[in-house]
Parts: sequence; C-alpha cells; structure tokens
Amino acid sequence: MDFLNAIILLLNYIFVPALTYGSQLALGAIFVTLIYGILRFANFATGDMMAFGTMVTILITWYFQSLGISLGVLPTALLAIPFAIIFMIGYMLFVDKFVFSYYRVNKSPPVQLAMVSIGVMFVTQAVVRIIIGPSDRRFFDGEKFIIKAGEFKEMTGLNEGLAIKSSQVITIFVTLILVSILFWFLNKTKTGKSMRAYSDNEDLALLSGIDPKRVVMITWIIAGILATIGGALYGLDKSFKPFTYFNNMLPIFAAAIVGGIGNPFGAFLGGYVIAFSEIFITYAYKKFFMYILPKSMEPETLVQLLSTDYKFAVSFSILVIVLLYRPNGIFKGKVL
Amino acid sequence: MRKNLNIIVAYAIMMGLIILVGIFQSWNVALSIFNMCLISAVMTMGANVQWGYAGLINFGLMGYAALGGLAAVLISVDPVPEAWRAGGFDILMCLWLIIAMIFIIRFILKNFEKTKIRTYGIAAIIIAGIVIIRITSESGIEAIEAVNPSTTGFLGGLGLPIVFSWIVGAFFAAGLAFVVGKVALGLRADYLAIATLLISEIIIAIIKHEDWLARGVKNVIGLDRPVPYEVNLQTTEWFINLVAKFNSSKLELIYNISDKQTALNQLVIEGSSVFVKLCYSGLFLIVVIALLIVTQKALYSPWGRMMRAIRDNEEAANAMGKNVVKQHLLIFILGSAIVGIAGAMLVTQDGLFTPGSYRPMRYTFLIWVMVIVGGSGNNFGAILGGFAVWFLWIEAAPISLFLINLFTVGLPETHELKVHLIESVPYFRYLLMGMGLLIIMRYRPKGILPEKIEIK
Repeated sequence: MDFLNAIILLLNYIFVPALTYGSQLALGAIFVTLIYGILRFANFATGDMMAFGTMVTILITWYFQSLGISLGVLPTALLAIPFAIIFMIGYMLFVDKFVFSYYRVNKSPPVQLAMVSIGVMFVTQAVVRIIIGPSDRRFFDGEKFIIKAGEFKEMTGLNEGLAIKSSQVITIFVTLILVSILFWFLNKTKTGKSMRAYSDNEDLALLSGIDPKRVVMITWIIAGILATIGGALYGLDKSFKPFTYFNNMLPIFAAAIVGGIGNPFGAFLGGYVIAFSEIFITYAYKKFFMYILPKSMEPETLVQLLSTDYKFAVSFSILVIVLLYRPNGIFKGKVL
Repeated sequence: MRKNLNIIVAYAIMMGLIILVGIFQSWNVALSIFNMCLISAVMTMGANVQWGYAGLINFGLMGYAALGGLAAVLISVDPVPEAWRAGGFDILMCLWLIIAMIFIIRFILKNFEKTKIRTYGIAAIIIAGIVIIRITSESGIEAIEAVNPSTTGFLGGLGLPIVFSWIVGAFFAAGLAFVVGKVALGLRADYLAIATLLISEIIIAIIKHEDWLARGVKNVIGLDRPVPYEVNLQTTEWFINLVAKFNSSKLELIYNISDKQTALNQLVIEGSSVFVKLCYSGLFLIVVIALLIVTQKALYSPWGRMMRAIRDNEEAANAMGKNVVKQHLLIFILGSAIVGIAGAMLVTQDGLFTPGSYRPMRYTFLIWVMVIVGGSGNNFGAILGGFAVWFLWIEAAPISLFLINLFTVGLPETHELKVHLIESVPYFRYLLMGMGLLIIMRYRPKGILPEKIEIK
C-alpha cells in the first residue's frame, strides 16, 4: 500500500505536471528548431510570438463568451484557437515580408537575423502589452478537473490523491496529435520532403527545382500554428502573462538545443528532457521516502537536490553542459 | 575637423535635447537622464569592445552588470560581526571546498588522458562536491539569515568607500568572463548568444536566492554615497551662499526679508539635489572619458588592428600566427569588466541593490539596441547610442502621451479607447525601441556613426 502511495505521489507531483509542461515546451522548441533549420537564425522573438498568438486566442474567446457560445465541459478557447491560428499565420507572413525577407534575400549572416528578431521581439512585446496589458489573465472555462484528488482517494482508498486537470489532458492530447501530423507532413508529403531537403542543403535543393519562397512560406505557416497552440495551451494550463511568455523563451531554447537544433523530433523530446529534469531536481522527496523507507530511516530534511528557486537554472545548466560536450545536441541536430 | 563633423553634430544634437529637457521639464530630470546616459554609455562601450572590435556576441551583459552591483554591496556595506560569528566559518569552509574541488578537477584534467572514466570521475566529483557543500553550508546559512533578518541577515561587506567597488566590480565581472569564456567561446555565434544569455540568468538566480550573500530579493538599501547628502548640503553655509550667489538676480527682485528667506530655502532644496547629481555626473564623466581614451588608443593600436583582422577573417588571422582563442578570451574579459564597472556605478548612483530588477530586456537587449543603433566598432558611436537610446527610453512615455492625445483629440476624455491607450503608455517605449532597431538595421546597418578605419 505504501509503495502504491509513493507511486501516486510521484505521478501527481512530478509525472503529470512534467508531461504537461514538457508538451508546452516541445511545441515551442519545434517552432524554434524549424525556424533555425530552414531560415537559419535563432529567433529571439519566440516567446513573444507565442504570447501574441495566445492574446489573439483570448480576445476571440472573450468574444465567443460574450456571444454565449461555449463548448460545454471543454474550454471555449479550443473553439477560438483555429481563428487565432489564421490570424497568427497572417501576422507571421506579414513579419516575414516586411522584416526578415530583406535579410534573407541579401544573404545576411545569421547573427544579423538574430538581431533583427530582437527588434521583432520588442515590437511584438509592446503590441501585446498595449492591447491586453501586462497583468495575469485566466481564460479557462468549462470543467476544471477530470479527477479530483479527493474523489481519487475515495475511489481507491489510498492516502495520496491524484488530481488530473482537464487542461493537462487537453495539452498532452493536442500536442500528440499536432506533433504526429507534423511528422507525417515532414516525412511523407512532397512539400515536407522539400522542406527537409532545403534545410539539409539549400543549394542542392534549389538546383532540384524546389521553390524557396514556398518552403519559407510553409515554414512560417507551421510556425504560426505551433506558436498559437503552444502559447494557448500554456495559458490554459497556467495563466497568460506576457512576461512569463518572454521568460519561457529560455527553457524553449534549451529544449531545442538539447534535442539538437534543426531536428524537430529532437526538439520534441528535448522539451520533455528539460521539463522532467527541472521538476525531478527541484522536487522535495521527503514524503516519497517516508512511504518507501521504514520508519527508523525517515529523512529529516526535505531531500531536495536544489530549491525550486533554481528551476530555470537547472535547465540552463543542462543546456550549457550539452552545448559544451555535445554541441549538436543529444539527438544530433541539423537533419530536419 | 570636417571628418569628425558628423560626430560633433550628433553629440551637439544629443546635448541640445538634454538641455531642452532641463529647460522644459526640470534640471533634476535632465541631470538624472544624463547620469543614466553616462552609465549606459559605459555598458555600451563594454559591449562594443566585444562585438565591435572582435565580433563576439555576448547576451550575458545583465549578469556582469549584476556582479558589478554585487561588488558595490560587498565593498561598501559595513560587516555584520554577529553573522560572521554565527556562520562565517561554514561559509569560509565552503569556499575552501570549492577551491579544493577546482584544483582536484584541474589536476585530473592535466594528469590523466581523456577517457570515459575521467569524464565520469569528474562528474562524480562535482556531484559529491555539491552535496558536501550543501551539507556544510546549510547550518551556517540558516544561522546567518537568522541574524536580524529584517535589516541584515547577511554577511555584510568590507565597509570601504563605494568607489572602490567600481574596480572590484570590474574584477568580479572579469573573473566570471574568464570562466564563461573558457568554456563557451568555442561555440558558434548564435549558440554563444544563447549560452551567455542563459548563464547570466543563472547568475541572477544565484544572487536572488542566496540571501546570506546580499539579502537576495530582500534588497540592500541605503548604500554609502561617494557624494554629499542633500540634507547635509541644505544646512551647509558655503552651499547656501553659493545658491544665493547663483540666484542673486532672482532674489534681488524680492524685497520682503521673510519672503526672500523662503524663496532661498526653496532654491537651496532644489539646488542641493541638482548639486548631488552634478557630483555624480562628474564622477561618471571621469570614468567615461578615461575609458574612451583607453579604448580609442586600443582601437588604433597594432592590437586593435589585429582584433579587426580576427573579426573579419578568423582563419587568415590564425594563419598569420595570431592566437585567436587567446585574443577572444582576452577581449571577452575586457569587455565584461567594463560592463562590471557600469553595474557598480549604477548601484552607486541608486544607493540600493535590487536583484529582482535585473531583467534581460533592460540590461541585455536594451544595451544591444544601443550598440547597434549607435554604431558598432566605433566608440563614439557606442556612447552616442547609449545616450540616444536611453534618452528615448525615458522620454518615450511623454512623447507617446502627447501623440495619443493628439490623435484622439476628437474623442471624449472617458472614451474607452483613449483611457486604455493612456494606461498603456509605458509600453510604447518597447514599440519605439523595436521600431528604431528595425529601421536602423534595415537602412543604416552600421549605426548612426559607422565604424571608420583610417589607413595612413
């Protein structure tokens, strides 16, 4: 019984939150990696683009709510996301046309493009804050929990409860569907293959008749989809605050690089690597050991490797170590 | 003379703008903008040395600035003897442990061949070391933080004049830059940018959460000043006389003695804060001019030419027998040290150290905007960038307020859109910065004052 309790404890406090957080990071990391692989620059505006997509989702959700449209037990935001995606794709193509394409045509070095993306970051951040303000916004509605901790205890008769929020399930579910479609697209369709070819060797791809404009456009379209869904899922699960989105850029970068930048599958796994290590290392295991160890050996301290204050520092340290010893990432980067 | 015309014109315009602020807003505001401009200028010079001279991209400026600020605290605050008695021994023990760990790792790296066992051994030593350090330090840290937590709760500093911290801050930053440079400089440009950005976040996390060091997010306030206090000045005779002399024409117009006295008092209060700010300006100007002379000399020296050669073509410079790795490390350290000075200056001016306020937007990306806008590779350009961008950063709010009022003049005061826009005035500065950066990058990629290399 104690053993079961210990497992439920880990499931509740580590596994489910890490899986959710990892999915959110994974979507962002694939976004970063696609831009890096095909457009060849580090996009510092990632976090703010996601914030922008979320903001549009929230505004549309509010509009739907004012009209009285809802999805019943599911959050209304799910209905708003497709519209937000359309808007976001327009935004991405707009930014590309008026900002990035100039440097791409001139074959500027990647560093210059990264600088330009900082300009985009400033502007996007300003627009988000001007439109919706810097404060915390919650836009989740519908049924909050799938299983409540109390109900779970009653059902199983265990001491530890397992709470699963519906936003967590939605996040994991949507991520899996989206990522499967994306990988199918990249690996099986002709357009996806041409994108991979372009990422692998630009000159060769051009020689074999691949239209670079089309590849770039599709990349931005996918980026828009990923940014909106990734951002909206994070906002549904936690809350929407522009500053947190900016900060999330850092673990997202870490995930993309750990997974091998330019490699979407690596980025996908990288998201989970970062999320799990962040939560594993900063979780206090005292209660866990209380369950599995005999009474005499009970730990006195919290048995926490690092305090939760260092949550971000953990992922960054992993990144720095990976960069130094395996600069191509765990899963070998630059093969889209 | 003609060659430098654009520099002179640009600086004249900048000074003119600050003077306009002095006339239309107040001299207090103008001087505080000027002082922050000077500090920003020091930071941009640091970034410029790295980016403009050597093409190294350092997004970790925030971390070095924070270390400079930490130096200001550790130098100027009086030591807390109770805390030292309570936990000083443990902390010193930890310091020794860390040093011992570094030496053991160095020893292993030198004397053993690179094998898997060595790598795992080093990892094991680091993990064991962290665990041991945590165990030794825990009780000490608790004891230190328990000493009068509302006002101290940390070890305190050395109690020296705060100006020393400018040098110490440079050394702190240089030390960090040495470590970061050793491990990260081999990375490609954009990887280096991300790595330095993340390392600086780690530094901030440590400063924020290690309360025994500098009180963490509880902030250290009331640091000593290198300049007189306003309150003291207001009662000093020579200062009152000075103010009276400056404003004699104004005061002569008032005949009533008591009215004259109140007017004089008002002037003294205003004058004292202006005077204090002038003192700071003087100190900062000395630093800026000294750094400008040194960096300018370096830029036109054989060393500066070598750096440019390395920047423009690493392989060729390498083939000519220049040690690229060593020079990169050197310039990374120098640039970071300059940023460290700026960090210490900033804390000196504010008189408080608030680790929570170090955010990448303000201390990394904004400084980069300054460098790019001003003109990388050109010291005058970098300083001008610091001035122009900081000026805009501060004046963006009044400017955008004015514009909003202008465009919504037809709307009633309580109109929803107008109220919303006026509430979000502080965020227009980001918009302005971003647009500025994008426009400069597009139409004047070398900055307002581009790099000029004279070949004689």
